[in-house]
Amino acid sequence: MFYREAGDFKTSYEQDNQTFPIKFDRYRYYVVLAIAFLVVPFVINDYWANAILLPFLIYAIASIGLNILVGYAGQVSLGTGGFMAVGAYACYKLMTAMPEVSMFIHVLIAGGITAGVCVIFGLPSLRIKGFYLAVATLAAQFFLVWLFNRVPWFYNYSASGQISAPERDVFGILITGPNAPAWATYMFSLIFLTFCALVARNLTRGTIGRSWMAIRDMDIAAEIIGVNPLKAKLTAFAVSGFFIGISGALFFSVYLGAVEVGEAFGISKSFLVLFMVIIGGLGSIFGSFAGAAFLVLLPVVLKVVGVDVLGWPTDIVAHFQLVIVGALIIVFLIMEPHGLAQLWRVAKEKLRLWPFPH
Amino acid sequence: MKLKLTTLALSALMAAGPAMADLVFPSLSYRTGPYAAGGIPFADGYADYFTLLNERDGGIGGVMTNLIECETGYNTEKGVECYESTKGEGALVYQPLSTGITYQLIPKVTADGIPMHTMGYGRTSAANGEVFSNVFNYPANYWNGASGVVNYLLELNDGDIKGKKLALVYHNSAYGKEPIRTLEELAEKHGFELSLLPVDHPGQEQKSQWLQIRRERPDYVTMWGWGVMNQVAIQEAANIRFPMENFIGVWWSGAEHDVMSAGDAANGYKALTFHNVGRDFPVFHHIQKYVVDTGKAAGAGDQIGTVLYNRGMYAAMLAAEAVKTAQAIHGTADIDASMMRDGMEALEMNEAKMTDLGMPNFGPTFNVSCENHGGPGLVGVTQWDAGSQTWSMISDFKATDGDVIGALVSEDSGAYATENKITPNCG
Repeated sequence: MFYREAGDFKTSYEQDNQTFPIKFDRYRYYVVLAIAFLVVPFVINDYWANAILLPFLIYAIASIGLNILVGYAGQVSLGTGGFMAVGAYACYKLMTAMPEVSMFIHVLIAGGITAGVCVIFGLPSLRIKGFYLAVATLAAQFFLVWLFNRVPWFYNYSASGQISAPERDVFGILITGPNAPAWATYMFSLIFLTFCALVARNLTRGTIGRSWMAIRDMDIAAEIIGVNPLKAKLTAFAVSGFFIGISGALFFSVYLGAVEVGEAFGISKSFLVLFMVIIGGLGSIFGSFAGAAFLVLLPVVLKVVGVDVLGWPTDIVAHFQLVIVGALIIVFLIMEPHGLAQLWRVAKEKLRLWPFPH
Repeated sequence: MKLKLTTLALSALMAAGPAMADLVFPSLSYRTGPYAAGGIPFADGYADYFTLLNERDGGIGGVMTNLIECETGYNTEKGVECYESTKGEGALVYQPLSTGITYQLIPKVTADGIPMHTMGYGRTSAANGEVFSNVFNYPANYWNGASGVVNYLLELNDGDIKGKKLALVYHNSAYGKEPIRTLEELAEKHGFELSLLPVDHPGQEQKSQWLQIRRERPDYVTMWGWGVMNQVAIQEAANIRFPMENFIGVWWSGAEHDVMSAGDAANGYKALTFHNVGRDFPVFHHIQKYVVDTGKAAGAGDQIGTVLYNRGMYAAMLAAEAVKTAQAIHGTADIDASMMRDGMEALEMNEAKMTDLGMPNFGPTFNVSCENHGGPGLVGVTQWDAGSQTWSMISDFKATDGDVIGALVSEDSGAYATENKITPNCG
């Protein structure tokens, strides 16, 4: 009944090549976009923005970035936290050095700087792969955090070593700082997420994406059929770094407002984003969204159910969160190694035939 | 006049709306994670004091208190979630017990008009109330602590510590970095040598720092540590046989659980404090009778009288006294966050008040004013006796170097004011 292709004729190559070739899928996508852009901003409040939607949007950008690197190009990275820190500190330096420039430009430049840093730390990937590459990116994680802690220039010589976002606006609407309205911060992040998701989706469908996947599936074979590994690997690092940098910049400036590098961008952040990618589904844009939503919402839902509904002590609930999230990760890896995205794909297959599966 | 009108309008609104019966105190606690050892007793003390007020006195001024606990795990993201989820409940004052979360909340509480009390932590320059209208850090802050250490050393050395070596072992975060500026100034003033040894979160790995101490042989070591870092540092100091009486921690590095694991080797370790220690205060009998014996204690009831439990209780007591002050100023028992702010700004703590509350000489006496949100900054020193397993005060609350600290506070708060376009205002 749903996802029926019968009668959905394509009469041009453009129609045949579009992102969502099935009509139902396409309309569903338009409806989601319309709700996100036209409904949510009018009903959002501080709690929904700061506790649920902003972290979801920002982590979704980060996991799209990491998914390109790990899921599409097959280069394992444990440096996400460090690269997010590059985005955050680049954004901070730009915000304080050029207060009159629009935040859109600052965030984009911060993404660009992170892309550059990411390429530098991606260079070892040309010689090593697998676990060894993971260790090399781990070095990036520790080095970058150490650097931002050690060199006072990065935090403008503040006494505490913290960076905090001053008030900045876009077209006169405050985006950062405590007085920024909830809808503005939400829309700002949503625009970046939509932009990143569109770019990522189209890159992965095109030549670059195919060369990434060729490298991922078998690098020697890819080289023989004419894929340039240097170009493929480094573009993957650059694009991934660009997205992760954007998410780091938003994470600092729009969401938290003040960060301390060791606490906000430590190794646990790298693992969190990696879990999002693995649980969501490697090599899937939808999976990045699903993974981010899962790991952002689950703790909040567990807290609301445990503390507010059941009235349990907060520490018990916090411990339960660890147990449940850990158990779910194991269950997922065993039952569905391809993540939430695969569940979605299977559900779609089933719905296509429903209600006459034979 | 305008204030009175607003108050009238507000109280009219409250009378009209559904009964806003409670005084809401959110407790952003952490009972999990690497800093839980310090977070649990503090949260217990904070909760138990409000329970005591409800059980014994029927709330504050006839209005019951309501404590909403929210687990942060010392994590800033969860801290933001907790803040957003509790601020709509009519929260009167926030006490996050984390310097990281404090930095996050300073602009937010100012925008939302809710006061925040960071007792002995947070941003030190918030002592300047002209710039930080909604942030309070009485009765003492980190820079008082740094000066307190130096003053104590001066006292030990008959006023001359020229050429002595002092090492600072600190948590490599905003919290640990706070005292550095002050110690550098003081090193210049008194002519001692300062060496800095950062320890990364969470602080279990300190071998190289203590190896360096062993090599450099500083005369004194001071520590800005928290959580598991404290235990490890004291154990490492014992391992290199550093004389414990020359090792002085800040008030966050001086609780029972920090020294217990090192056993007898920790005997003689010193720590700063801004409130009294032990359980020889009448208030504890009340807590035992009204809270623990009736089964309403927040924790297991075994933390009563420990350093951090006392500190949590002290924080709750200061909040409750500020509520009383606010009720007196505004003539209504049902206060809101902005009235609470006025109450905190007009808070007076004197010996008679503390004796009435069953806490004679529990803390220093002080007055808060609009210009000074930091109190007098009186710092005492405690010492650990491993034999009887007790902390005891060995130096009473004494004044710290106001000239050096005052200059630094106005410099740092001035920078914050220009950065955020705040006009200093005490009208």
